[in-house]
Amino acid sequence: MTDEELEAVIAELGREPSDLELAMYSVMWSEHCSYKSSKVHLRRLPTEAPWVLVGPGEGAGVIDVGDGLAVAVRIESHNHPSAVEPYQGAATGVGGIIRDIFSMGARPIALMDPLRFGNLDDARTRYLFEGVVSGISGYGNSVGVPTVGGEAVFDDCYRGNPLVNVLCLGLLRHEDLVLAVAGEPGNLAVLLGSGTGRDGIGGASVLASASFEAGAQTKRPSVQVGDPYEEKRLIEACLELYEQKLVVGVQDLGAAGLSCAASETAAKAEVGMDVDIARVSRREPGMNAVEVMTSESQERMLAIVQPDQLDAVLAVAARWEVRATVVGRVTGTGRFRVYDNLFDAVGVPGANPTPPRGDTPRAASSDAPVVADVPAGSLGDGPVYERPVARPDDLDARRADDPATLLRAKFPAGTDLGGELLALLATPTIADKSWIWRQYDHQLFLNTVRGPGGDATVLRLEGTQRGLALATDGKARFCALDPRTGARLAVMEAARNVACAGARSLALVNCLNFGNPERPGVMWQLSEAIDGISEACHALGFPVIGGNVSFYNASGDDDIDPTPVVGVVGVIDDLSSRPPGLDWRDGDTIVVLGDTLAELGGSEWAAVVHGLRGGTPPQADLDAAAALHGLVAGLVAGGTVHAVHDCADGGLAVALAEMAFASGSGCVVDPASTASLTPAEWCFSESANRVVVAVAPDAAQAVLARAGAAGVPAYVLGRAGGDRLVFTGALDVGVAAAEHAWREALPAVTRP
Amino acid sequence: MTVRVGVVLFPGSNCELDAMRGVEQVGAEAETLWHGDDTVRGVDAVILPGGFAHGDYLRTGAIAQFSPVMRAVREFADAGGPVLGICNGFQVLTEARMLPGALQKNAGLKFLCTDVVVRVETTGSALTNQCVQGAELRIPINHFEGNYVCDDRMLAALQADERVVLRYVENPNGSLDDIAGICNDARNVVGLMPHPERAGDPLVGSADGVVLLRSLLVAAGAPVPVA
Repeated sequence: MTDEELEAVIAELGREPSDLELAMYSVMWSEHCSYKSSKVHLRRLPTEAPWVLVGPGEGAGVIDVGDGLAVAVRIESHNHPSAVEPYQGAATGVGGIIRDIFSMGARPIALMDPLRFGNLDDARTRYLFEGVVSGISGYGNSVGVPTVGGEAVFDDCYRGNPLVNVLCLGLLRHEDLVLAVAGEPGNLAVLLGSGTGRDGIGGASVLASASFEAGAQTKRPSVQVGDPYEEKRLIEACLELYEQKLVVGVQDLGAAGLSCAASETAAKAEVGMDVDIARVSRREPGMNAVEVMTSESQERMLAIVQPDQLDAVLAVAARWEVRATVVGRVTGTGRFRVYDNLFDAVGVPGANPTPPRGDTPRAASSDAPVVADVPAGSLGDGPVYERPVARPDDLDARRADDPATLLRAKFPAGTDLGGELLALLATPTIADKSWIWRQYDHQLFLNTVRGPGGDATVLRLEGTQRGLALATDGKARFCALDPRTGARLAVMEAARNVACAGARSLALVNCLNFGNPERPGVMWQLSEAIDGISEACHALGFPVIGGNVSFYNASGDDDIDPTPVVGVVGVIDDLSSRPPGLDWRDGDTIVVLGDTLAELGGSEWAAVVHGLRGGTPPQADLDAAAALHGLVAGLVAGGTVHAVHDCADGGLAVALAEMAFASGSGCVVDPASTASLTPAEWCFSESANRVVVAVAPDAAQAVLARAGAAGVPAYVLGRAGGDRLVFTGALDVGVAAAEHAWREALPAVTRP
Repeated sequence: MTVRVGVVLFPGSNCELDAMRGVEQVGAEAETLWHGDDTVRGVDAVILPGGFAHGDYLRTGAIAQFSPVMRAVREFADAGGPVLGICNGFQVLTEARMLPGALQKNAGLKFLCTDVVVRVETTGSALTNQCVQGAELRIPINHFEGNYVCDDRMLAALQADERVVLRYVENPNGSLDDIAGICNDARNVVGLMPHPERAGDPLVGSADGVVLLRSLLVAAGAPVPVA
């Protein structure tokens, strides 16, 4: 907390704060909890659409998906905890996001994990990578929520600071929506779940809101420890409480622990809350008021209950072996007050002979000491900063350093590009990720129609004809060169993936991972990225329903590349058959929809294979994107195409190779080499707005005609079949050899 | 008659809804059996579903075997009732000594969620009576501890008595003799690591598990479906 912020607290209270008050303001006004640096920019995001039931600001965004069903979606980061302790950092990231979803009344049915790591040549990066994957696997599988997709991108900028973003999606009926409100005075606040311990004290402020590198190990006590078995029982208990209509409101305990959960529920209902720390069940003796109120111990929820339903609530909790204790009472005072030893077991002041657990039994009394007394709304009403924003000085130089000239000279027409393709397929970002996702249960609940490894994940909506399509994307290298365009490209790619499943996009959540906000260049990146997301959402017709901002991501003094990660949810109206995958049939005609330009700036081929990171990113034409998405979704939904694949990282060459691996058969295609496009550029350019489809030969003309009608350029590339990837005049490699390079890259680096 | 299948719900189970949906799809009525109740409530077949009973703390299945419901499940099995343990349920059955051997960590020391192909080695079990001997079925596995082990004498007995019900065509986890599923002497108690309920519809990739769940219903007294 800064001196100015302390002055604001003193002004708010009219006196010096107590130790506990100071601790609560300090955590609640941290960057992580208050969004103080990003708030002014986030306001520019479009958040409304007729199908939005709950927008940003609640535990999760909620949208109507038809048939009386709704989905709740949220994305969060757990970057800093994962950098300190990868297994628990990732595990508790999963646990936290799941609680956000079931706090809305939804059953969590899917997780996705967009991950970023440094270069796998580095031993510590391998430790972080394997630890994070194990943590997601260990927690997610056991807690019983399938991990149905995600991403893994490797770049040296994440060396000391991996990104662990976690998205969770839950399903509910409209009428079952639960909000985090306290309701009427007299209601009781019941703490459900784990005991409160000293783990995760101040996690939000110590880890998530400051730079760190040296001495990271000493911050390990600020990382929480997860218990998926506790969370599984907590999920089932809460869902049963909702089913029986036993709660007024629910809030999970995340950042800032009980301070945040209790004060927020009161503030939202414009009432007050009295909390008794003596009633909080603890893991160890000797904890003081600050520790109890700011602990971030996992697997805890705060339920607001009417007094006459308390017994029924306690019975449900007991059945699921979930600890439940009355720790607070809603008041009409508008104050958030914390007492020590105020209540008895049913929340009545002054009658309690022995606290349930704690240090020394003392008689409770109505004149119990007040350890904090603040306006309930003030904790959540933190400062708002308009931090200086400045375009980085070196940006023009980086953008001018386009790789095109150098690569043209090195790879003129006629060069054999086979080795280039093999090298590209073996880069960890492009290589096969099944080593990761085979460690995740991605099938539980029998909804997974298309799981990880394709363009979008497809889930069926049980009891309906409908399905959901989900995709996450982030284009950090493009954002480093132009954050506005890069953010647009991320939104376009996620929506394009959703279209490849035959779905129309309905909503977006974003996780904005950036460097140190005290640097004007970082704030400029954030501001530009938010404008890019905003423009793309406006043009493509879906709102932002939630998000998260993570600052202070840096390796040493170097901020990470700006990494806005977006998740897009779409709906498929008729999921009576499986949408096509990547696998074509022998003899299929291969068509690319969309134009290929000489756009190598920020591409995987230029940056990773050749170390050329400058230039400008591909154009992000939003009108072209809207036309392409409509065309693709229509072709897929109409059953016209045998195979479909988004063309992105690694360009057409990688897209075609991945389709060949999925099919077990190759292709013969003719690179459209022109004066303005060399074969290498045709192969590896990452022009946006392209999708490859494979269709029966007699259907090709109709596809070209539909593309023409939609205003989407379309070109026949060639034919599927054989056991080689043949790009006439550019490369000719065996499918088996190429697949080996692609499949073995990750297992090879992770082998002991 | 409509067969009633009871699916045991331990705290930490997570495939119980899927198992219920699987047997309902082939015509059974499904209900949950609570771990703390000392009865199987007169059902015709019992499934111990996948998941992480009691968090799999201590050792997979080690705590669940002591649940009150397991006494009733044992009595039900002793009386000839069909009992199916899927994944974690298989682990519980071995811990409860209702099936021999044990399941240790996969040879690769990683959790594995992937499709495998298993071969039907005998049609003489509560899980395979409607199968064709030698048929190959594509069914997902989803486990960390699926590496079946037992001592040499037991393995010889399992082989001699044709109690290996399913074998992996390509062994994913290091299981002894490629074992994916076994049955008891009386052939009414079967444990397997693959999840037949996850292969119930071409929409999710395979419907090869349907014949296995149908077999369980036949073992429980349902009429043999007309082919």
